[in-house]
Amino acid sequence: MDITPARAPRARARETITYWKRYWTLYALLALPVAFFVIFRYIPMAYIQIAFKKNNIVMNIWQVPWANNHGFENFIKAFSNRDFRFALRNTIGLNLLDLLIGFPAPILLALLLNELPFRRFKRFTQTIAYMPHFLSWIIISGLALQLFAPTSGLVNILIRRMGGTAVPFLDDPGHWVWTYILLGVWQSVGWNTIIYLAALTNISPELYEAASVDGAGRVRKIWHITLPGLRPTIVTLLIMSLGRILGSEFDRPYAMANKLVTSVSNVLSIFVYNNGIKSSQFSLTAAVGLFQSAVCVMFLLAANSLAKKFGERGIW
Amino acid sequence: MIKSKTAKLGDWVVVFLCVLLILICLLPLLNIVARSLSTATALVRNEVLLWPVGWNLDAYQTVLKDARYVWSLEWTAILTVICTIWSMFMTILCAYPLTYDHLKGRRFFNTLIILTMYFSAGLIPNYLLLKDLSLLNNPLVLIIPNCLSVFNMIIMRSFFYGIPESLRESAELDGAGPVRVLVSIYLPLSTSVLATLALFYAVGRWNGFSDALMFLNRREYYPIQRLLYDILHSSNSFEVSTQEGFTTPGLAETLRMATVAFATVPVLLIYPWLQKYFITGVTIGAEKG
Repeated sequence: MDITPARAPRARARETITYWKRYWTLYALLALPVAFFVIFRYIPMAYIQIAFKKNNIVMNIWQVPWANNHGFENFIKAFSNRDFRFALRNTIGLNLLDLLIGFPAPILLALLLNELPFRRFKRFTQTIAYMPHFLSWIIISGLALQLFAPTSGLVNILIRRMGGTAVPFLDDPGHWVWTYILLGVWQSVGWNTIIYLAALTNISPELYEAASVDGAGRVRKIWHITLPGLRPTIVTLLIMSLGRILGSEFDRPYAMANKLVTSVSNVLSIFVYNNGIKSSQFSLTAAVGLFQSAVCVMFLLAANSLAKKFGERGIW
Repeated sequence: MIKSKTAKLGDWVVVFLCVLLILICLLPLLNIVARSLSTATALVRNEVLLWPVGWNLDAYQTVLKDARYVWSLEWTAILTVICTIWSMFMTILCAYPLTYDHLKGRRFFNTLIILTMYFSAGLIPNYLLLKDLSLLNNPLVLIIPNCLSVFNMIIMRSFFYGIPESLRESAELDGAGPVRVLVSIYLPLSTSVLATLALFYAVGRWNGFSDALMFLNRREYYPIQRLLYDILHSSNSFEVSTQEGFTTPGLAETLRMATVAFATVPVLLIYPWLQKYFITGVTIGAEKG
């Protein structure tokens, strides 16, 4: 609200009083949510200091002495920890594969659904394709344990009946990675088409008609009209995924892992859980968490400014 | 549009691919259901594919006799209802005031809230805070620390923005305060977004696992996913379950599949009815988030 300097201070005071009389309830409504964000999202940031302090599980965090090496002892310890380096490698590797395979998948599926001529069948297909999104990773891991079991699993029974040999989908690190990635696609591909399908409705049908008149076939229309129409959405979502390159889910790798594949399934979130919550190495794991958050923010900023440099809208 | 013969062939290719997709989504579930309805001996002999062999409901009956499992289902249902109501309440409280353009400090509140989407302190600081608040091993830890999602709040706020301001202004001229306007104008006009967000919160709680794993060590408060994890991932499940059936090889399989089925069905029964709504919800969220 602009207040012109010419107005008398008394009028201004009166205005303020009527404003507060009228709208104090809005602040009362906001009080609870703001308290929530302060307590559960901002106060934890004060606890980040333990990343720079010695590990101590009894003392009040404010009284714990600072760590050696100007407080960076925990970061140095993390990077010289073999398990951490493996977890870092696995996190980046699995996220890159997710990006490579899981990112284009919903775009292709949206293009496919967009070409589907029967409306009711399209709706039915969508309903079924959204279903895996509503299953928890615990349930999906249960399905996977059954489907891919070496002797009793459906997939291996079929493979054997067709004369092949059983594939250790979940018991061998190499196969596990691909099972993990493809199950991720299975779970999320349908749900992620929603955004693309919404963007597709914004493309003017006249463009398609004009292209048909010019004799363009299906593929040409997809290439020259549909994909350019999706470009802003694709860029936005790509920026968001790049920002998560060092982020790690917990439920998915934790539920799908087993003792035989820890060399590839241990990601940073599991490292933090095992060493932090289970073994009380709070300083070390808080340092790992801070490193992760900081890198995520940096990647997000970098991806965003890169997108803007190429003339895209960016996310803010 | 004029369709040529090749276009029609293309249509059938598309239909074929979609049928394939539907099968890939549904077959794993069919396999589970078939296993849960089959006899243990048929399972051991690897006879069960997509159709039950030796139809019976024994597994379901056994699972329903397991007091711990049934209590976990009930407790998760109660928890889901409480969480959904509380989360919706908080989300509305947060989103509504921020739709007032002339609210002083609106930018500050918006920034305060949105920033938490991009930077979080991480698991360990959160864990230590919960410890200091004595929320660890307290069932409230499943309700309070994640009761408000910024993403959902943004969806709600955008939806409120779409309601014409003239409605609010005319109500205010009649002397209605902000709360009155919210209850008698905004909420009745927002049923679709309310349904969507309630679904998101409810599914989130029903499927929630990691908070119960990390912050809660009391078995009587284990939500269903936590119990399910123990049932599915321990080779020796009788320490998990009171029922001795869980230790017999083939029978253990049908029982496990029955436990999975019970935990899956509630969600699968609800979501198709809300499809129209959640599509709008996700779209709004994507455009504004």
